[in-house]
Amino acid sequence: MTNENSPLPTAEGKVRRAEAVISTILRTGVFASMAVIAVGAVLTLLRHPSYATSPQELIRIRGALTAGPHSFGTLWRGIRLLNGQAFAALGLLLLILTPVARVGASILIFLALRDRVYLMITSTVFILLVVSFFLGRG
Amino acid sequence: MTPFEFCLVTFAISIVAGGLGSLLGLGGGLIVIPALTLLLHVDIRYAIGASIVSVIATSSGAAAAYVRERMTNLRVAMVLEIATTLGALTGAYCAGRVGGRALEVIFGLIMGYSAIMMLRRRESRESVGRAPWADRLRLHGSYYDKALGREVAYRVRGTRVGLVLMYIAGVMSGLLGIGSGALKVPAMDLAMRLPIKVSTATSNFMIGVTAAAGAGIYFMRGDIVPFIAAPVAVGVSAGALLGSRLLGRIRSDRLRAAFVIILLLVSLQMLLKGLFK
Repeated sequence: MTNENSPLPTAEGKVRRAEAVISTILRTGVFASMAVIAVGAVLTLLRHPSYATSPQELIRIRGALTAGPHSFGTLWRGIRLLNGQAFAALGLLLLILTPVARVGASILIFLALRDRVYLMITSTVFILLVVSFFLGRG
Repeated sequence: MTPFEFCLVTFAISIVAGGLGSLLGLGGGLIVIPALTLLLHVDIRYAIGASIVSVIATSSGAAAAYVRERMTNLRVAMVLEIATTLGALTGAYCAGRVGGRALEVIFGLIMGYSAIMMLRRRESRESVGRAPWADRLRLHGSYYDKALGREVAYRVRGTRVGLVLMYIAGVMSGLLGIGSGALKVPAMDLAMRLPIKVSTATSNFMIGVTAAAGAGIYFMRGDIVPFIAAPVAVGVSAGALLGSRLLGRIRSDRLRAAFVIILLLVSLQMLLKGLFK
């Protein structure tokens, strides 16, 4: 009873591969987000060179921090206009979606491993996450 | 201060937050929020938005390394995530309906109590006895400890208690906009008897999902402002990627002591906020 997991070498190998997939998703999400934010920063500085020199600009920005682009429509319009703030917001959105993608991938992994208990567990977490995103809109 | 300098300062603070957070299983929000509000005079609303982003960045940045090194117990994380996301949903639903100050006092007390319990428990102990849930869910595991230079096997127990505590931690995340690693680590350490490194790595893995459950709400509301949150995201990610290289090499007792000190500070901060705001 105590020698619980004594999996076959192949099963062990599959788990290692699953771990590598999860790790890669997280890493890719973080680097993609950083890259898009960096593009946003460069675009912002190109458009507003005074941001690097004038303290007056900070006071102006502080006064106008009403809200970030938070609907997909405004975000998309901003991206097409090469707006730096929109790129930064897109990068942040990528970061927020990274854990969601990780849970989604776990579902597929447990499906492939035919692990019914953990398939149910990860699916439940995924559903709860999706519910939370919709709850936010209401 | 120019806007560019403002972003640089935010970025520098965030590197520290990400590094510490990745080692201790925390989201870094406990550093980011006070730094932004007190030092840079940012509105608390946008500071919390940036903090949520910081939690996700720490989690994803560090977990990428911890999962690969098998420091994270993925099964424990996935089982407990049900409880934390459910808790986060409850918290987000209740936000605004429950008095914030009473909550801060209660959680301050819980964290203070956890810190004292963690001080008293020794790292070396055998987890024997029956653990039907952990057996059934195959939660037991092992990791390679670089500081000890050997593989450390461990048995998990107290799964049900762990689930209840994670639900409470999730509620706190939803209500206060933090990752609540400060509650998750003691819960895994004390109730489930995971080694401290596994507890912080697994907490790290989970806080991203807990925070993501709240982050959607904050993003849609417009609380996540790129000018503030973007330098935080990049800085924290960089800090977490760097910090996560260290965890394996640090001695467990030192990590534990550092965690207890931070936990005491946080609980004090919460109590003061709740009592004298």
